[in-house]
Amino acid sequence: MRTADAVQERDRAGATLLEGGTVALSGRWTADEAPAVEAAAARITQDARAQPVRIDLSGVMRLDTLGAWVLERTRGEVEAAGGTFVYAGASPEHRILLREARILSPVPVPPARRGRVYSFLEAFGVRVVGGKTDLVTGLAFLGEVVLACLRVASRPSTFRGTALVNQIQQVAFNGVPIIVLISFLVGGIVAQQGIFQLQRFGAQSFVVNLIGLLILRELGVLLTSIMVAGRSGSAFTAEIGSMRMREEVDALRVMGLDPIEILIVPRILALVIGLPILAFLASLAALAGGGLVATLYGGMTIEAFLSRLQAAVSMHHVAVGLIKAPFMALIIGIIATIEGFAVEGSAESLGRHVTASVVKSIFMVIVLDGLFAVFFAAIDF
Amino acid sequence: MIISVRDLVVGFGDKIVMKGLDLDIYRGEILGFVGPSGQGKSVLTRTILGLVPKRSGTIEVFGENVDGLSIAQRRRIEQRWGVLFQQGALFSALTVKQNIQMPMREHLNLSERLLDEFARLKIEMVGLKPDAADKLPSELSGGMIKRAALARSLALDPEVLFLDEPTSGLDPIGAGEFDELVATLKQTLGLTVFMVTHDLDSLYTACDRIAALGDGQIIAQGPIEAMLASDHPWLRSYFHGKRARNIVTDKVGVHA
Repeated sequence: MRTADAVQERDRAGATLLEGGTVALSGRWTADEAPAVEAAAARITQDARAQPVRIDLSGVMRLDTLGAWVLERTRGEVEAAGGTFVYAGASPEHRILLREARILSPVPVPPARRGRVYSFLEAFGVRVVGGKTDLVTGLAFLGEVVLACLRVASRPSTFRGTALVNQIQQVAFNGVPIIVLISFLVGGIVAQQGIFQLQRFGAQSFVVNLIGLLILRELGVLLTSIMVAGRSGSAFTAEIGSMRMREEVDALRVMGLDPIEILIVPRILALVIGLPILAFLASLAALAGGGLVATLYGGMTIEAFLSRLQAAVSMHHVAVGLIKAPFMALIIGIIATIEGFAVEGSAESLGRHVTASVVKSIFMVIVLDGLFAVFFAAIDF
Repeated sequence: MIISVRDLVVGFGDKIVMKGLDLDIYRGEILGFVGPSGQGKSVLTRTILGLVPKRSGTIEVFGENVDGLSIAQRRRIEQRWGVLFQQGALFSALTVKQNIQMPMREHLNLSERLLDEFARLKIEMVGLKPDAADKLPSELSGGMIKRAALARSLALDPEVLFLDEPTSGLDPIGAGEFDELVATLKQTLGLTVFMVTHDLDSLYTACDRIAALGDGQIIAQGPIEAMLASDHPWLRSYFHGKRARNIVTDKVGVHA
């Protein structure tokens, strides 16, 4: 289009005032000439202030809806100002187009804009109320899921074993490589930092106590939960959300099937079963990573590492970590499905809820971990 | 001739959908495109639009072979056609008005005022109420989505309009208005329309010419009279079947 500038110069929309109030239009009165069209129309409005104008369309090379609209708009303005504006030399096509290019319905009045302070307070209030509503819907949903589980338990034949196994494969089995790899690396990094700091006191062999307790009690389950929230929580929200967008959830409902029983129960159960397994594997991988660094970087023998580890940790440290896992799973699953059900028609809404799902689950996982730490400290476990 | 397809072969895996298809679309006509479901009517449309790759054959649009085009040339062609997808394909995150303004903003140099007014004009032209302008696609009914999508496809005043089942999902009155609208636009803007449709009413009232697809080729083309006279079994059952009979006797009883 840029190469054709020379040609376009000649085709540019124009309006020339001739003797006796006739305005001869020329060039292309089309959308790609919009600035020239508007400029020409402004000239016509000015001319029309002085005298009645006759718009001669016979010289127009091409007229499209935009050109027609601008002409009609100009006519409206001129007539509103008490001037006269008539067409001449319009071909039948031009006439039809000019008739089509008329906005008949009145302009809808935009709602009055409110002050900045008002809208800030309004947004803040909406947030506060929204937080409360989130909590209530979360609890209500938890209740619904528990009820659905009980319903399924009372009629074991309705239990969807295949769906559960499929979900466990997606959540747990397929997640093993990445979760094990990341835990292994984090274990190694923590051990390296520990050795580096403890060296100064000549206490580097205590790194085994450090990583043993840290990984088994906190890191293993926390890392796994965060990764599962990102990996599976987002997938749940996206799956359920897109099913909502395509009315698939409604289709289930009108068939007399309970979407919670069919979609949610297998997913949440899969999380509750899968997350402890993953957390256990992640802890082992992190210990292995720590052990590798301790032997290579810390100069410890494998036998020494293992015997110190045996002395440092006991079964109840493992239990502290693993007890938390099903609760983490539950909270990830509940948040992911609530967000999934909250998706509305648009792709943007889907994206927003997937983001919210991951952010809220990770936040709640960390809050829950903190509560557990307080709890275990209080009962001296 | 505005679009010409020669010897087109399109396939997915082992399945060959188009087997050496030839089709011409002439300037200023409304071409109705019919054929049994699943025969690839939409595939042909999408192949012409460049959304589905072809195995062999040539496609010429506005007299240019689409294979040899540079990206800039291709963009220019894409500004000269408008497409109405079967499901509307409105951008779900944008309001109706923003949807219509999208191609204008990208390709034209319009003032904000003109953008607003022009979008409202298009909304009005396709028979939507002005308050639809600020609604999101998810808040529209099926018929309104069709109209909004048509308004968007008309945003750049295209020369060719591709309509994929434009009247499906509209009530008969709405469908009739839609056909009239397309005919008016053709008359005023010199539009050429390629319409994939199953709507016999549209074929009778709006289309100048009809092409029928069967087994990967055009089995018949011509005005409605030629279709009615054809003795191809599918065309016979399509145009003379139970659903067709009322319309035939009502509208072109003389020809039947």
